[in-house]
Amino acid sequence: MTIVLEVRDLQKTFGAVVAAKDINVTVNEHEIIGIIGANGAGKTTFVNMVTGYLKPTSGQIEFAGRSIMGLPPRDITTLGISRSFQIPQVFLSESVFDNLLMAYAITEATGLGLLSPLLNDARAARVDSHLERYQIAQYRNALASTLPQGVRKLLDIAMAAVSKPTILMLDEPTSGISVEEKFGLMDIIMEALRQDQTTVLFIEHDMEIVERYVSRVLAFYQGEIICDAPTAEALVDPGVREFVIGEEYHRTRTGSENAGENAGENAGENGGGEDA
Amino acid sequence: MRYIDKTVVGLTIAFLVLFIADFFMAEWVRFIGLQSLARGAVALGLLVLWRTGLVSFGHALYFGFGAYAAAMLTLIGYHDAFLLVFAGTLAAGVLAYLLGFLLRRYRAIFFALLNMAFSMILYGVIVKTEELGSTDGFSVLTPTFLGYAPQGEAVQTTLFIFTLVFTYIITVGVHLYMKTTLGGMSMAVRENEIRVEYLGYSAEKVIHVKYVFSGLVAGFGGAIMALAIGQVDPDSMANWTVSGEFVFITILSGIGNVGATYIGALVFELIRTYAFEYAPQFWQFILGGSLLAIIMFLPDGIWSLFSRLRRSEKAPSP
Amino acid sequence: MQELIVILIDGLVFSSYLFMVSVGLTVIFGVMKILNVAHGSFYAFGAYMSATLIGAYYNTDLPEFGGFLAIFLAALIIGVFFGIVLERGLLRFLYHRDEHIIVLATFAMFLVLEDVLMMIWGTDPYYAYEPMALLGAVDIVELTFDVYSLTLIGLAVIVGLGLWLGLTRTKWGKLLLAVIFDREISQAMGINVTVVFTVTFVVGAIMGALGGAYIAPTISVSPGIGVEVIVLSFAVVVIGGMGSIPGAMIGALLVGISRAAAVHKFPEIELFVIYAIMALVLAIRPEGLFAPAQARKI
Repeated sequence: MTIVLEVRDLQKTFGAVVAAKDINVTVNEHEIIGIIGANGAGKTTFVNMVTGYLKPTSGQIEFAGRSIMGLPPRDITTLGISRSFQIPQVFLSESVFDNLLMAYAITEATGLGLLSPLLNDARAARVDSHLERYQIAQYRNALASTLPQGVRKLLDIAMAAVSKPTILMLDEPTSGISVEEKFGLMDIIMEALRQDQTTVLFIEHDMEIVERYVSRVLAFYQGEIICDAPTAEALVDPGVREFVIGEEYHRTRTGSENAGENAGENAGENGGGEDA
Repeated sequence: MRYIDKTVVGLTIAFLVLFIADFFMAEWVRFIGLQSLARGAVALGLLVLWRTGLVSFGHALYFGFGAYAAAMLTLIGYHDAFLLVFAGTLAAGVLAYLLGFLLRRYRAIFFALLNMAFSMILYGVIVKTEELGSTDGFSVLTPTFLGYAPQGEAVQTTLFIFTLVFTYIITVGVHLYMKTTLGGMSMAVRENEIRVEYLGYSAEKVIHVKYVFSGLVAGFGGAIMALAIGQVDPDSMANWTVSGEFVFITILSGIGNVGATYIGALVFELIRTYAFEYAPQFWQFILGGSLLAIIMFLPDGIWSLFSRLRRSEKAPSP
Repeated sequence: MQELIVILIDGLVFSSYLFMVSVGLTVIFGVMKILNVAHGSFYAFGAYMSATLIGAYYNTDLPEFGGFLAIFLAALIIGVFFGIVLERGLLRFLYHRDEHIIVLATFAMFLVLEDVLMMIWGTDPYYAYEPMALLGAVDIVELTFDVYSLTLIGLAVIVGLGLWLGLTRTKWGKLLLAVIFDREISQAMGINVTVVFTVTFVVGAIMGALGGAYIAPTISVSPGIGVEVIVLSFAVVVIGGMGSIPGAMIGALLVGISRAAAVHKFPEIELFVIYAIMALVLAIRPEGLFAPAQARKI
């Protein structure tokens, strides 16, 4: 197996607050990894550091054998690590088609190519087939601001996947999504990414989603990784059970109730976040 | 060609009509036309910035810089319009390129007012420089055109054609540019810079490019204005009110269409001409009052009147 | 040594002036997130009103020191009148619009008011030196300073302290801080944001007018004084961090003292000093010295 991402002794402090501590992770090609942990455990901080949005206080991040420490997000994206967002980052006043068209154009155009027309037949065809793969073709001409939350999330992820990244990091792909939609949404995403042979790391609160799609789990607690193991092993780990999943989680409980709780909690988070 | 670009057709027709009309226009009409083209070009630069989500309250900086750069060349014996306008445009472009490294980090009102602050520096420098005539400015002699030295009315006729050709090229160029990837990225940067960065491109770089362009065309407008009036002075070239006038034209025109900036500039020029004729002491009052009226009642500029008209033609209200 | 003292005193006087004219701007921005370009008009109207009232006062036989009341009365009249007219009559219709549009609207208002000013007072300069003459001059290390200018320092300290204590120690100030922190939640908690906005705007307007009114005796009150003030005060609040009162104070001190130093040591660069400091501060700390950097939540 080829190692694509290697993170060593990563630290991040904000003043006296330690947001990440002694993070050591090795990611192999084509792995599907779930990142779990309570709110504030350092999951998003980890994603932000790997993708260059936050500068780590110390440590080392290597992607495909070269250090990407200190690079801005655009360079890291160009190298092959892409991400989606908990609050979808799309061009709200544009149509779904134009959103993806821009994503394709920025990904494909370099140098003088930036001065070639944004829209051409071949690119439009690629956009349309991408829309099909992510099953949002019926929203092709809808403005992003009018989309239901689930579709907007799909659009956000579809945009991140345009560059066919080596690694795609998804920040809570199912937050704010209703229980009935969650699995459908994840099926679409994971199938599309499987076709591209993308290595996926995603942050998730819903353990049923984790169990179903993930082969390995990273559990965060207070800025540290307290467990890094295959899914089945991780979900019965005492530390994970105590600090991440919580005592109230029982395998026997119906999925809908549990997921419903998560959805409510996340919807609240999003409401606060959109003002920021 | 699959389809015909209506804007290019419209601009070309307007170009041809004005080209021919130049030979029949009354002198004062041509003068208003010249000024509208010059100011319209500046507003075109502001429109490009506006589409990127940025407003500048200080583009008199580049307008004045271009005008003075061109005018200063006449002081040392150069009189060719091509050279003067090229130099004015380039000088303003270089200045915009340099200041762009600082300004591209700012957004919203910071961007708007930092531009204003820089333009006040230029104004201050000009006012304090006796060699440049201080507040009185200095005269710019009649230009020649690649050796052709027109006399009398022919000066303005030639200058009008000269200006018309270049503004036509610039405007069509901008229109086509907006359909390119880099041009389209205006929208992307305005809507969501984070997404742009995470698609692998620098939002600041996009802004810098747009900013340099806006500086270039403002310098072009300034150089043309210097030749058209035959005079440069700080109050009508570099003062903050001049920047305000450009913003006014941009707001008046709306960002719907590149051609609209010239219509906006023409409307502005007409208001100004009549205001100076009948109530010169109320000029700022009229300017500010109309600006308020547009903001309150016509938020998308005059172009929205046209599109509203067209829409109501297509779909008669029930 | 002597030169140093001159620079220091001149610098403090100029800093106080800068603080007086910029504190209103920063208060309004802090609470309402509006950059009010018409602040320059408040200053100019304050100065004209003050000059007029002082002139009228000294035509009567009332006690000489009462002239100072005229200054504060002028600031109050202008601030309350324009504050209410502008906020209730214009700005409140624009709160839902893009921030550029709001700045443009205040810019348009500024243009209008500049001409209104000239319609009322004409283009001839006004002088109202009486309060300044009254206080006379004082010698400090063999140098003569006029006392009136020195009182400006005291006024700035009083205004600064007053605002600071008002914000942190009173119920009203705490409400204001709540609104600054989160407008929507404050509204949900029952704070009447509409009233808070109006009051803030009026207070900011009074500050701007007071700056002009107090300066009036030391200058020739003439057209165009408003423009300079809006650019200067913008520079000060940008350096200090928009919306921060301590920031406005530090910004004013930095700019004021450096300018005084330039005037005495290198008069030819006087004009650039302010902008040079601004550019330098912004290059190092784009959000200004006292405003916290905020990463956007994603």
